[in-house]
Amino acid sequence: MTDTQWPVWEVFVQANPGIPHKHVGNVHAADAEMAIQNARDVYTRRSEGISIWVVPANAISASSPEDQGSFFEPSNDKPYRHPTFYKIPEGVKYL
Amino acid sequence: MEDEKKIAAFEAKIAAGNKIEPKDWMPEAYRKQLIRMMSQHAHSEIVGMLPEGNWITRAPNLRRKAILLAKVQDEAGHGLYLYSATETLGIDRTELLEQLHTGKAKYSSIFNYPTLTWADIGAIGWLVDGAAIMNQTALARGSYGPYSRAMVRICKEESFHNRQGYEIMMHLAQGTPEQKAMAQDALNRWWWPSIMMLGPSDDQSPNSEQLMRWKVKMESNDAIRQRFIDRTVPQADFIGLSIPDKDLKFNEATGHYEHGPINWEEFFEVIKGNGPCNAKRLKARTDADKKGRWVRDAAVAYAEKKKLKAA
Ligand SMILES: [Fe+2]
Ligand SMILES: [Fe+2]
Repeated sequence: MTDTQWPVWEVFVQANPGIPHKHVGNVHAADAEMAIQNARDVYTRRSEGISIWVVPANAISASSPEDQGSFFEPSNDKPYRHPTFYKIPEGVKYL
Repeated sequence: MEDEKKIAAFEAKIAAGNKIEPKDWMPEAYRKQLIRMMSQHAHSEIVGMLPEGNWITRAPNLRRKAILLAKVQDEAGHGLYLYSATETLGIDRTELLEQLHTGKAKYSSIFNYPTLTWADIGAIGWLVDGAAIMNQTALARGSYGPYSRAMVRICKEESFHNRQGYEIMMHLAQGTPEQKAMAQDALNRWWWPSIMMLGPSDDQSPNSEQLMRWKVKMESNDAIRQRFIDRTVPQADFIGLSIPDKDLKFNEATGHYEHGPINWEEFFEVIKGNGPCNAKRLKARTDADKKGRWVRDAAVAYAEKKKLKAA
C-alpha cells in the first residue's frame, strides 16, 4: 500500500437553522464518518455551525472559468426577467 | 502572444481588486511562488505546535492548560486550512509533507528556538503570534482567493493567541520578583528572534515589483516589522518589562520607534538549519509521520472493508 494522506472531502457548514449550508473548505479523511469528525474539529471549533455536509471532492463537477462569458451569456440579454424592466404609471399601487 | 493576452487579463483582474480562483488561468511563476509561500506557512503552523506542546503537561494550572491546548489545536487547524488552500494549486499534501521532511521546504525560523520556562509560552503568544498577525493581516488582502480566505479565518483566531500570551506575561510581571525576572528573561530571549521572523530587511530582500503587483506580497518586511515594534513596545512598557535593545528610541518626528542593529547572521544560520532546535524539530516531525503511518493505513483498510460490506 502506498502512503496516503487520505481522499479529500469538501465541507459545507450550516451556521444557523433556516439558512443554506455554505462551503468552508475541505479535509482529508478515510471515510465519510471521519470526514465529518475532522470537519467539526477543523471548521467549527468556535460554534460556527449546527450541521455539516461532506462530499468527496472528486464527486463535484464545476463549470469552467474560461467559458464563464458564453456559459452565462443567455441570461444577460433578458432584462425582461427583472421587475424593473416594466414601467408602471405613478399612482398604481402594490405592483 | 496568447500568454501575453492572458497575463494582461490576469493582471487587470488583480488590479481591479478581484481574487484569482483555483481554476482560473495564472502564470506559472505566480503558482510556484504561492506554493512555496503557502506551504512554508502551513509547515510553520504545524512545526509551531512543537515548542508550545512542550509545556502542555506542565502548564501551571488547569485554566492555563486548557487554554494552551486550545491554542495548539488552533495551530493544527491553521496548518490544515493552509495545506488545503495549497492543494488547490495542484500539489498534494503527501508531496508537501515530503518536502518538509526532506528539508527541501522551509518553515519559520522562530520555531527553532527552545521553550525553556513557562514564561516562554507567554512570550510566544504575545510576540510570535503578535508578529504573525502583522504579517497575516497583510496577506489577507492578497490576490489568491483560497489563501486570502484562509488568512481571514486565521486572523480571527490569532487574536486569542496574542491576548492569552500577553496575559501570561502580565501575571508574571505582576508576580514575585522571581516571576517577573522569568518574564523579563523570556522577553530577552524572544524579542530579537521575533522581529527577525518577519524576514530579511528590504535591502537584503528586494521585494520583487512583480510579486507586489500580483498581490502575492502585500508589504515589505521592514514595513511590517516597524508596525510590530511600534505596537509592541508600549505593551511591554505597560507591564513594566523592558525591550532588550539599548538603541531603541522613539522618534517624535516620524512617530516610530528606531531599533538597534539586527543580527542577520544569526537569522541566516537558523534558516540554514543551524539554529538551536532545527534537528530536534525535524526529527519530531519525521518520527510523527513514521509512527502515524500504520494509523493512516489502518483507516484506509477499515474504510475499504466497510465499503465492501455495504456493497
Ligand atoms: Fe497560527
Ligand atoms: Fe497562533
